[in-house]
Amino acid sequence: MSIEIRDIQRTIGGFAALRGVSLAVETGELVALVGPSGSGKTSLLRIIAGLDQPDAGSIHLSGEDASARHVRDRRVGFVFQHYALFKHMTVAQNVAFGLTVRPRAERPPAKEIRERVTALLSLVQLEYLAERYPSQLSGGQRQRVALARALAVEPRVLLLDEPFGSLDAAVRIELRRWLRRLHDDLHVTSVFVTHDQEEAFEVADRIVVMNQGLIEQIGTPQEVFDHPATPFVMSFLGTTNIFHGRIQGGKAHLGRFTVDVAGRGEARGAPPQAEAYAAGYVRPHELEVATEASAAGGLWTTLERANVAGTFVKLELLDEDGRSLHAHVSREVYGALAASEGDRLYVTPRTVRIFPGEEPVSPERP
Amino acid sequence: MSVVGTLPPLAARTAHTEPRVVRYALVGAALLFLGAFLVVPLAAVFIEALKAGLTAYLAAIREPDAWAALKLSGFVTGCAVAFNLVFGLAASWAIAKFTFRGKNLLLALIDVPLAVSPVVSGLVFVLLFGRQGWLGPWLASHDLKVIFAVPGIVLATLFVTFPLIAREVLPVMQAAGTEEEEAAHLLGASGWQIFFRVTLPNVKWGVIYGVMLCAARAMGEFGAVSVVSGHVRGLTNTLPLHIEILYNEYRFPAAFAVASVLTLLAVATLGARSAIEAFARRRETTGSIRATERI
Repeated sequence: MSIEIRDIQRTIGGFAALRGVSLAVETGELVALVGPSGSGKTSLLRIIAGLDQPDAGSIHLSGEDASARHVRDRRVGFVFQHYALFKHMTVAQNVAFGLTVRPRAERPPAKEIRERVTALLSLVQLEYLAERYPSQLSGGQRQRVALARALAVEPRVLLLDEPFGSLDAAVRIELRRWLRRLHDDLHVTSVFVTHDQEEAFEVADRIVVMNQGLIEQIGTPQEVFDHPATPFVMSFLGTTNIFHGRIQGGKAHLGRFTVDVAGRGEARGAPPQAEAYAAGYVRPHELEVATEASAAGGLWTTLERANVAGTFVKLELLDEDGRSLHAHVSREVYGALAASEGDRLYVTPRTVRIFPGEEPVSPERP
Repeated sequence: MSVVGTLPPLAARTAHTEPRVVRYALVGAALLFLGAFLVVPLAAVFIEALKAGLTAYLAAIREPDAWAALKLSGFVTGCAVAFNLVFGLAASWAIAKFTFRGKNLLLALIDVPLAVSPVVSGLVFVLLFGRQGWLGPWLASHDLKVIFAVPGIVLATLFVTFPLIAREVLPVMQAAGTEEEEAAHLLGASGWQIFFRVTLPNVKWGVIYGVMLCAARAMGEFGAVSVVSGHVRGLTNTLPLHIEILYNEYRFPAAFAVASVLTLLAVATLGARSAIEAFARRRETTGSIRATERI
């Protein structure tokens, strides 16, 4: 079932949580809402579920206005960050809940409910825990029970609010891969909220980046990562080096180096005006690091620290103006540099994204 | 590795650095106070009650006035528990799950009976329903009796026990939050289904404690009831009032006999609470034992 969100606005206690959000989710799609805390992603999810009402705008489920529909009748599956399992019920009773509360006429017979519960528990690979209480389960197991419970009522839409937010890193990675496989099997239209861009990249078909109650960009993981629409998206989706400067005659003068806006740099937005402010954004892996100055035009830096423990080496560099830069190089390149802390290194950006006329933003990282 | 291995015993030792003398002195002092202020007076009640012999004891309890007082106390307690259960659940549900204007005022109002002296609480009802009170003439013209009758006693007891269940349930309900209710709602449960299948089971211990507390207080209430009762023997005397009358008439063995009944009821209420608690704990631990066996 498709979800269409039309110009939703919501103010909660004087705070504009959503300032006109429109979004269409196709049937069977898995969409991630990402953004820093307070960006409105959870508010939007709660409004889709019907747990909260928008001040303006409407939600259409399968083309039908859901505003008038009661939460009970929306057939929306919801998974909470803190599981919200019924503490006094066993796992099986939790999963059966949505079926047992149905009016007598619509309720499946007890035997069928039992079979359905068993089938769902085997789907989440937890049949052996059916008689346990939630307090006896680990976080990952609880979240899988919560998912089985949500799926029991055969929802038309599945909404997940930071589903892996309270789990530790290893379980988190395992569970999100599992969720992706589950979605590939079930194809239920899903929206999930996360503040972790890695998680969104790995799980989602499409990513919606939100900031301050507005959508900054919608696109596939690759689109938003490679072609960020705004400086915010650029900074939110990973570490970034920012170079401030001005644009003059088709060239961006960013401190100590100059980028040809038409050529190598990737300019977005309005055509750069003469003498306009511009900021260049470069990801750490897009910086080339060498011991000698190159013709391409770069800047001299001093190596502050090298973090070698990882699949690539993370370098912390200090330029001549005392600003710090982050560069990621392969272990081979680092070996060839043979640099130690305090050495001078020459840094050249391979790709620069230039956002003219926009003051740089540094989003709050969770 | 060896350093890590020696750490826990070190930590364990520092937890008991108090010398043995200090520990025993503290425990001894606590026991002494408990004995002097709790055990000795309680024992005295039973010793005094049985001084005149078992026959006299049973006769004092079987006396029609005493029996009537016991029944009245039971009735009043039942009323107080039933009313306060409904009110307590409704009030804590409203306060814990919703935000509304005047929420803090409601919270403060619930506590008023705890702050006001019981005698004043009783007088308030005399002022309202007494012959010279605001509603007195109207009640008299309709031949209704509130003060110096059972309705007055019930009202005074309700007033005094008003906060007890709500105060026990509210924190438990607030701690439970609203997420489980939201989950139930999204799964298609109706309001009553949510209440009986999710909210109530989550606060059941708070409810049970509140009921016990309310029952104990309702049985023992003296001040407020004394003002509105009129002390009509066999009609408007509750157990505490009956005890006072017997005592004032120097019928000490009878007074202590009835007092022992009231004490036993109170102890039984406390015992029931502990038993339920122990039962719940055992069920939880066996639950987890069962769970570990399955791993």
